[in-house]
This record gives sequence, C-alpha cells and structure tokens, in this order.
Amino acid sequence: MDFNLTEEQIMIQQAARDYAERELIQDVSERDAKAEYPTQHIKNIAELGFLGMMVDPAYDGGGMDTISYALAIEEFSKIDSSVSVIMSVQNSLVNYGLDKYGTHEQKEKYLKALARGEAIGAFLLSEPEAGSDATMQRTTAVDKGDHYLLNGTKNWITSANAASYYLVIAQSQPEMGHKGINVLIVEKESSGISLGPHEDKMGMRSSDTHSVMFQDVKVPKENRIGEEGFGFSFAMKTLEGGRIGIAAQATGIATGALERSIKYSKERKAFGKPIGNHQAIGFKLSDMAVKVEAARNFVLKAAWLKDNNMPFGVASAMAKQYAADIAMEVTTEAVQIHGGYGYVKEYHVERLMREAKLTQIYEGTSEIQKIVISRSLLQD
Amino acid sequence: MKILICLSNVPDTTTKVKFTGDNTAFDKTGVQWIINPWDELALTRALEIKEASGGAISSVTVATVGGTEVEPTMRKGLAIGADDAIRIDADPKDAYYVAAQLAEVAKDFDIVMAGIEASDYNGSAVGGMLAEFLNVPSVSSVSGMNVEGGNVTVTREIDGGSEKVGVEAPFVAVVQKGITKEPRIPAMRGIMMARKKPLKVVPAVEVEALTEFATYELPEPKAACKMVDADNVRELVDLLKNEAKAL
Repeated sequence: MDFNLTEEQIMIQQAARDYAERELIQDVSERDAKAEYPTQHIKNIAELGFLGMMVDPAYDGGGMDTISYALAIEEFSKIDSSVSVIMSVQNSLVNYGLDKYGTHEQKEKYLKALARGEAIGAFLLSEPEAGSDATMQRTTAVDKGDHYLLNGTKNWITSANAASYYLVIAQSQPEMGHKGINVLIVEKESSGISLGPHEDKMGMRSSDTHSVMFQDVKVPKENRIGEEGFGFSFAMKTLEGGRIGIAAQATGIATGALERSIKYSKERKAFGKPIGNHQAIGFKLSDMAVKVEAARNFVLKAAWLKDNNMPFGVASAMAKQYAADIAMEVTTEAVQIHGGYGYVKEYHVERLMREAKLTQIYEGTSEIQKIVISRSLLQD
Repeated sequence: MKILICLSNVPDTTTKVKFTGDNTAFDKTGVQWIINPWDELALTRALEIKEASGGAISSVTVATVGGTEVEPTMRKGLAIGADDAIRIDADPKDAYYVAAQLAEVAKDFDIVMAGIEASDYNGSAVGGMLAEFLNVPSVSSVSGMNVEGGNVTVTREIDGGSEKVGVEAPFVAVVQKGITKEPRIPAMRGIMMARKKPLKVVPAVEVEALTEFATYELPEPKAACKMVDADNVRELVDLLKNEAKAL
C-alpha cells in the first residue's frame, strides 16, 4: 500500500489550489449573492485543462487519473463549489460516459470540444416525478426510423443554460421498463427545446440550474450512446463515477470549513486565551479533522479502485454518503465556532454550510447511497 | 535567441523552519519544495516573451544546482512551459559556488534571468556574481522586459520610480517582482508533457565555496499586540513614540 501521491498528482493539486486561492476567492461571494454564472472562471479552468482532465488524450483530454481529478475537485471546493460542480458534471457525468461508451464518430464530434472545455455538457436524468427512482422516466424518445422524437421535462439540470450538448435519458419502450430506456446526445440548439427559469437555490448559487422542456425534438439515431435500451445502465454506471466527484467536493467543503475554523480559533480570544485553547473548541476541531481525514480516505480509495479497473460502485457510494454527511456536520460546527461572525457572509463558512447541504441531495441522496450499500451487503 | 532561467529549489513559504545538529543545519524533514517565487515570475515572463516573439526566442531553459531531490521542482518548471532543463549535479553550498556552477551552462545563452533573491537564504548575490563569471553586463531590479526584433528593453526599479534601459545580449537580468503579474499555473497538458521533456544532468565544476554556515537561529517571536483603550490617546502616542519608535 502506498499513500504517497505522485509528482503529477501533487502538481495538479497545487495548480487547482493556486487557481482557487488566487482567482475564485476574488468574486465567490459576489457571484453567490447575485447567482451569477462564473463565465470567465470556466473559460480559465478549461484552458488549464480541468474540464477534460480524465479524457483520453486522443480526444484532446488530459489523460489524468481519477485520484488527480478528486484532488483537484477538493481544492476548488474548499473555496467555490459552484465552479467545482460544473467541473464535476462535465468530467464525471458527461465526458466519462462519452469516452467510455461513445463511438469514434460521437467522440470526434462532441467529446473533443467537451474535453477542451470549449463546449459545456449537461446530464439530464432527474424529472419532476423521477428523482431517486430513476426507472420511472416520463420523458419519451419514440423511434421514428432514422430519428427519435423526444418529449418531456427534465429537472434540476446543472449547466442547462451554459451547455451546448445534453446527454438525455429517455424512455423508448415503456413496456420494457428500465430496459427500454435510451441515452441520447442532444444539441441544445435543436428545435423544440426550452428552459425553465434559473432556479433560485440555497447554495451553489453561481452554477446555473434549470428545468429543460423537450417538445417534438428530433434526435438523429446516430446520437444514441450504446445499444438500444442501454440508457438506464449507462446512467447508473456514470453516476457511480459521479459520486467520487461529489464525495471529493463534499470533502473539499468540509476541509475549507475546517481550515477557516482553525485559523479563527487561533486568532479569536475569549477569557484571556485563543478560543482553540478552550477544550470546547479544541475538541470540536479534533472531531472535524477526524471526519475530514476519514472522508478523504474514502474518496481516494474509491478513486484508486476506479483507476485500477476494480469495482468501485459501493466504495463510491460509501465515500459520497459519508463525505456529504460529514460536510454538513463540519460546516455546521464551523459556523458555531465562528459564532456571530459565522452567521454573516464575510467569513464564508455560512456559504460552505449552504453548499454542503446539496452534496447530501444531488447525484443520489445520502439515503439512496445507503440503499446501494445495504443491497451490496445483503446480496447472496 | 535562447533564454536561461536560474531556478532555485526552496522550501514552501509557509514552512515551519526548524534546525538540526545543534542549530548547524536546516531540518528538511517533511518540507514541501517549490520554485523560488522570483524565479517562477522570471520563467513566466520568459515564456510570455517567447510566445510573443514569433520564433525570435527559440527556447526557454531552466537550470538548477542540486541533487536528484530538486528534479520535481524542475519538472514543475517544465510543466509551466520551459522547453528543457539542466540540473547541475552538486550540493549548492553558497552563492559563489552556485554562480560558478551556473556560469558553466549559462555561457551558451543570450538572456539569463535570475530571481533577485531566493526565499530561503535571501542572499541576493547569485545573479550579479553569475554576470561577473560570464563577463557580461548584469541589470539589477528588473521589473519589466521586452524583446522586439532582437532589441531587449528592461524596466528597472529606481529610487522614486523606474527607468527603461536598452541592453545588448548576452546579459544577466536580476529579476524583481512586477516582471509579470502572476506566476503561470501549469495546465494539464503541460503537466502531462513535463516527463517527456529533456532534463539533462551535468557534472559540477570544481570550485571552492567561499563561505560556510556556522549556526542558525530563529528570530525572536513577535511580541503580542498591545490593546489600548480607545479613549486613551495619550498612552497610544507614548507607546508609538517610545516603544515602537514609529513616531
């Protein structure tokens, strides 16, 4: 067993840290307040290669491993999870699936631009009445010979407005249940697509989230990924990897809150000494550090399994559930340690707490992760 | 034209400095090593100049004096965008020794850039000494540089302002902050390429170091801040005048 990071992994971690500490911190609060999309930052991190870091270099990607990706997501998330969720969706949910299951032609046409970060992608699975139960897709893609006709509504779509390409999960053969589901690459400029209003979210307010409506949208047959009926399996496999990104994000949020709390506990004095020297605060910091360390180990273990082509679905479910839950706990304690200062925006920890909440909900709630984990325990 | 960047391998600026061997050696345990911040700025500016030169600048090389342990820092230089690297296989003993080693490789370059100081020993000596070894001009406190049609112009920090000077290559530029806005962050592609770029190792030349470190000591811890009641201006002025000697 080797816990040392490679030279490249350290370089990527530092590059992400440098960008976050130098650039993201400048306007993170303002973008959060105004719910403003980080256009320039996304362009910058695309140029640095963060939007296609795991894609095969033959398709203009960085060819980096999942550990490097998790380290980068963690660093960005210490400061700004709106940017890291855009990065996570692009890498884990869009690029990964296209790279692994797409045809050469699909990769040439779509993946290259996505890997270079010149195009943004979105993953459209959730529906108004199909969230955790993704088998109940009401969006339909009816086979019309040379094309599918797409109708329905998708909800909570990250990068819905910024994206040029959508990966849409839709039902083609309702009688076959989840085995009738397909996944289609849909160009956002296609006729018949409209967006709902920008969702006014509690946290990660700088990422753009909308519902997306499809009305008789024609999608060429060659835009289907995999065989007929592969869509549900595609979504589940993609989400397995996506969980590593969100687990890394939650770890980053918790780490950011811990680092700010340590700093504040050394500076702020009460009853004649820094508050960190009061056991009530010192023990809080200790509990937070233990949780963060455990979460990071979960994340890196899951990433390592994926990089070594071993099954990682349960490990990534454990990582996501644990990291998201402790992110909520750690950020709540961080606000408590900061007292009144923690409750105002200047000290960032209230924002981290708002961001942490979403990690327990999206890409599989904590409860869904427990279903994945418990099913694997009980499987004969 | 070819540019050489003298790249020093230094402890991260947030390192908690400790000493071993009865305060005779710096304790390297657990230290994270980085490119000296001034050298990183010099490298960034050199790459900007090369990219804008339309081929007039053919290459940017980094050179470091040190053992194999400095190679990760050199590869970061390659990841940022340097074309190749030269490691002079020697323990950097003092400024004279380092300058003598660098001179051996620097003689093949037109523009040599060295940070004004390194963030560990802050000696501020290598750049000037290197120019002397090479018998070429050195320009100190360089806070700007441009190359157009083979003509090099540098901006220097002077008392109360700055001056622009034309320089003929070959020369050594001793680089100050301001040479570029911020050090360049390596992109994925650069990180991926870094291992494939040439990193040549050359033997040290025989030179005696002129100095040796006898002992080290840490500075006195900073005095805690003194609180003065907002109404007590007289005490504040007294403290500023007689204790802090700021007035």
